[in-house]
Amino acid sequence: MFSICVKTLRATSKFTSLARYESTLVIAEHNSKNLLPLTCNTLTAAKKIGGDITVLVAGTKCQAVAQNACKAKGVSKVFLADSDAFKGFTAESLTPLILKLCNEHKFTHILAGASAFGKALLPRVAAKLDVSPISDVINIKASDTFIRTIYAGNAIQTLKSKDNVKVISIRGTSFELLPLEDGDAKCETVPTDDYTSNQVEYVKQELSKSDRPELTSAKVVISGGRGMKSGENFQLLYTLADKLNAAVGASRAAVDAGFVPNDMQIGQTGKIVAPNLYIAVGISGAIQHLAGMKDSKTIVAINKDPEAPIFQVADYGLVADLFKAVPELTEKL
Amino acid sequence: MARVLVGVKRVIDYAVKIRVKPDKSGVITDGIKHSMNPFDEIAVEEAVRMKEKKIAQEIIAVSCGPTQSQDTIRTALAMGVDRGIHVEISGPEYQTLQPIHVSKILAKLAQDEKVDLVILGKQAIDDDNNQTAQMTAGVLDWPSGTFCSKIENNNGELTITREIDGGLEIVKMKTPAVLSADLRLNEPRYATLPNIMKAKKKPIKKITPKDLGVDVTPRIEILSVEDPPVRQAGAILPDVDTLIVKLKESGHV
Repeated sequence: MFSICVKTLRATSKFTSLARYESTLVIAEHNSKNLLPLTCNTLTAAKKIGGDITVLVAGTKCQAVAQNACKAKGVSKVFLADSDAFKGFTAESLTPLILKLCNEHKFTHILAGASAFGKALLPRVAAKLDVSPISDVINIKASDTFIRTIYAGNAIQTLKSKDNVKVISIRGTSFELLPLEDGDAKCETVPTDDYTSNQVEYVKQELSKSDRPELTSAKVVISGGRGMKSGENFQLLYTLADKLNAAVGASRAAVDAGFVPNDMQIGQTGKIVAPNLYIAVGISGAIQHLAGMKDSKTIVAINKDPEAPIFQVADYGLVADLFKAVPELTEKL
Repeated sequence: MARVLVGVKRVIDYAVKIRVKPDKSGVITDGIKHSMNPFDEIAVEEAVRMKEKKIAQEIIAVSCGPTQSQDTIRTALAMGVDRGIHVEISGPEYQTLQPIHVSKILAKLAQDEKVDLVILGKQAIDDDNNQTAQMTAGVLDWPSGTFCSKIENNNGELTITREIDGGLEIVKMKTPAVLSADLRLNEPRYATLPNIMKAKKKPIKKITPKDLGVDVTPRIEILSVEDPPVRQAGAILPDVDTLIVKLKESGHV
């Protein structure tokens, strides 16, 4: 009976103010100490949908993160689900928790950032809800209408979802960071007795250590491609990066050649960045690479080949030998 | 020994510069070079290597799409897959076919064919969704190993290295499972001419979603497909000094 009422309410809401009845669950991504910046971008997207926003902080010993999330302005509630079951944040352990919360609270939208975490988790949740998820959204037109890129960013698709629950991953670089201040959300601990999944055993992570800013949120990114010729030569970029407080990225060619680890790859299949300044060094600018960086505010290309496609998107191009130009740039800055 | 199902999608070739249709309904596909989605080639290669190591017993390639999808299945057969299943979907239904539909089809086939492992590419380079493997695992309630760069299979005990944002992650799971291939998993082989000839004799079964009891009703409406904003042409600068001046002017340094 109650569910009928809810359905009627939702149906009527379509004819009045839609936003009033939206209720969004944002799945926080964190490292047990802090919310990751991507979650703050996702919160801005949630605000754009309108309605109530609830944040789920699930993990092991993550109370501090939940308190952190309570400070986000516009968030009405934070669910804390603290259990060893969520070690490694596996989709298999988190999905039943999200489904339970979704059933109890009738969320209309479930959001997470389009990171490796969000991409692995959300489609599994969507499958269980029998809805079609929407990946890597770059803009929200209405509570059911979303914009995303297809074909490596070479076309922009606007789509309308017909599902009753919208499961959406958010491209962080397309939404501002919501500051964690002035908020006063209530933190509620949710029971976590029965989420131990024996399906996946988390073993370990091997993370690349770096003192530089994180690639996807850095204001300045310097990237190297095949033209760097070796891993040792990336030192040139690290030195320049330290001067500019920049993150260092790479093209697929540089990763495949073994110059740098995979998690530095920028492009359609790597990370998507949109810094204020992107300096592409020894990168030709294949479609797949451009997909990951062409929304940068200012693009600088340093390449000795004047025909390189990267010059077609670069605001400032320097046709020069990178082994001369980069040290010179570092020295003069 | 395991039975492996691989999903292969026919997409516009990765090197093609796509063009949006003037009526904004989609991108132009007629007369455009298509090939197997690059991530699916990697999935096929991994399955074939499992067979060569005698971990896998039979490999089945599935593709959902119009008649031309059979070419993609043939390519998989030429790489070493044993047989193919073509789930025919064309016309408007294909335009709105999404991972939710494909995952239900794959899940049903995985059960019907009693497979132990489903290997898919991590994303198709046309819709860039990155959903099908995760959803297939969800439908089947099997564990999922996404973005794999290394798969070790010891009698159905899988040790998987995943590519995650900060580096790598290692997880273990048992079959049956669904895995998705990242670029670094392997280097796909080229099909040789004799193998292409042999592939012509391998069977491809043709079925429809209806045969499998899968509803492919659209879950989305595509309102428009447009060109992305064009970046303004920039300037080629004569030297590093000018570059520094420009960067200072625009407040970047």
